[in-house]
Amino acid sequence: MTATLTTAAPRPSRPRARLQGAALGIAAWLAGFLFVLPILWMVLTSFHSEADAATNPPSVAASLTLDGYREFFGAGGGASPWPSLINSATASVASTLLTLALALPAAYALSIRPVKKWTDVLFFFLSTKMLPLVAGLLPIYLFAKNTGLLDNIWALVILYTAMNLPIAVWMMQSFLSEVPVAIIEAAQIDGARLPTILWRVVAPIALPGIAATSLICFIFSWNELLFARVLSGVVAETAPVFLTGFITSQGLFLAKVCAASLVISLPVLAAGFAAQDKLVQGLSLGAVK
Amino acid sequence: MTVTTPPTRVAAASPRPAARRPNRMRAWATRAPLLPALIFMIVVTQLPFVATLVISFFDWNALYPDDRHFAGFANYSEVLSTPELRKSVWTTILLTATVVLVSLVLGLLLALLLDRRFRGRAAVRTMLIAPFLLVPIAAALLWKHVLFNPEYGLFNGILHWIGGDGAVQPDWISEMPLIAVEASLIWQWTPFMTLILLAGLQSRDPQLLEAARVDGANDWQVFVHMTLPHIRRYIELSVLLGSIYIVQNFDAVYTITSGGLGTANLPYTIYQTFYQAHENGLASAAGVIVVIGSIILATFALRVVSSLFRAEVSR
Repeated sequence: MTATLTTAAPRPSRPRARLQGAALGIAAWLAGFLFVLPILWMVLTSFHSEADAATNPPSVAASLTLDGYREFFGAGGGASPWPSLINSATASVASTLLTLALALPAAYALSIRPVKKWTDVLFFFLSTKMLPLVAGLLPIYLFAKNTGLLDNIWALVILYTAMNLPIAVWMMQSFLSEVPVAIIEAAQIDGARLPTILWRVVAPIALPGIAATSLICFIFSWNELLFARVLSGVVAETAPVFLTGFITSQGLFLAKVCAASLVISLPVLAAGFAAQDKLVQGLSLGAVK
Repeated sequence: MTVTTPPTRVAAASPRPAARRPNRMRAWATRAPLLPALIFMIVVTQLPFVATLVISFFDWNALYPDDRHFAGFANYSEVLSTPELRKSVWTTILLTATVVLVSLVLGLLLALLLDRRFRGRAAVRTMLIAPFLLVPIAAALLWKHVLFNPEYGLFNGILHWIGGDGAVQPDWISEMPLIAVEASLIWQWTPFMTLILLAGLQSRDPQLLEAARVDGANDWQVFVHMTLPHIRRYIELSVLLGSIYIVQNFDAVYTITSGGLGTANLPYTIYQTFYQAHENGLASAAGVIVVIGSIILATFALRVVSSLFRAEVSR
């Protein structure tokens, strides 16, 4: 096809077109490099000593050290980040599991065995995502304060579940509706009951989608700052709240700031690279395939 | 059975009187899996909004709880007439519009570059997505301390390398605070725009493009008459989703400028009004205004998403 087309419509000058292609390839590489440069610089700085990190012009070739990371993990007598990392992991994993437990049956009711007016229900979920959570922050804070849930990690779990549930329902709905009806019918004719159908037919097809949904819920919960800042204190402090301690930090802690930011971003970077395509699909609420 | 009945047919079928009871039970059995999620969402998200609405009509400072009284629309007129609060409305609009538009244009250019086949395309794609995957507050700290710092930040370091010892060394954050916040957000959100638009570009029909070329269309004509109309919905979708996320931004404003120097947007102002100034009524009124703005935005957003969604369902 392509071969016949090229002979049918010869381009003006092939070497020029190839040169143009190469130039655009280089431009793409350059753009990619520019976007990743700040992060590369952050990685480099995190391995420098504080003295080498705080020079102008910056030193690229300075000797490498793990001091920034040692400092971050509390070697220098600072607060240990471990409790906040454990809190973040707890809140993210627990809210992801709770989200899945609520979203899976809902998505099932909206796709495989649709209820009446299922699109309306789907849009109700979406509309909650579009209301800024900050507008509900005060009542939630007052409620938590009066019920003793302030500085309690489970309050964050509930809120993160509410934050992620609409996206999870939407994504899961789109993944479950990819299960061909014919297969389900065939299984029914063979006498399979609902649990068997769900486990043997639906689950294997929808599993990659369920995994991607979980990753996205995990990332959003891990990243969240505003609610964690307002609702957590000493006990329930999450990793992003721990990072707020660096907002006013002065020069001497540059390597430590970089090390801290990178360590805390690591789970998200790993999860995000693993699910690049699904991440876009999830963030665009399943509208983009 | 009911499992395979499409929703339209369910809606059309009139229940026979004799079978009404089992039908109703079956309808509830169908609905049951949906209820936990629905009830959870209503309790956790809708009730607080109602509470916010109620509180917004009260003059209520948390430090003087006994002095709480109904104030009508006083909080609203105060929000709209206090210069700082009014400015934060404007800042929110400016910040959102600038970040969304600039990252849309950059994202489109990058998507067009990535749509071509070249050596290492997957690697460049991975490099581009990295800024989006940094935890937002980590990204804000990176810009504040590692890039913008006037004494040893990378930007001034590069100026130093280029211009020698006499190079200009601007203090980015205090000289251009809003641009500083916007730059960090544009850096984080351009990859998001790129990825959505790239999905749009790659869903074009390659045979149709070839046919246009055979007919003698040049690159620009193909872009304007074929590519743009095709990705229009993807552009709308990325603008609207970007707006929804960036209107709500808190991390970058909080970290880079702490809302100072005219960069306080509404989420930050609300946070400050009740968390530091303890003005519960005022904060709630500001919150309700954000909700009204978002409803306007969301009405458009839902329309766009639903048109994409219908195209999906009918396929």
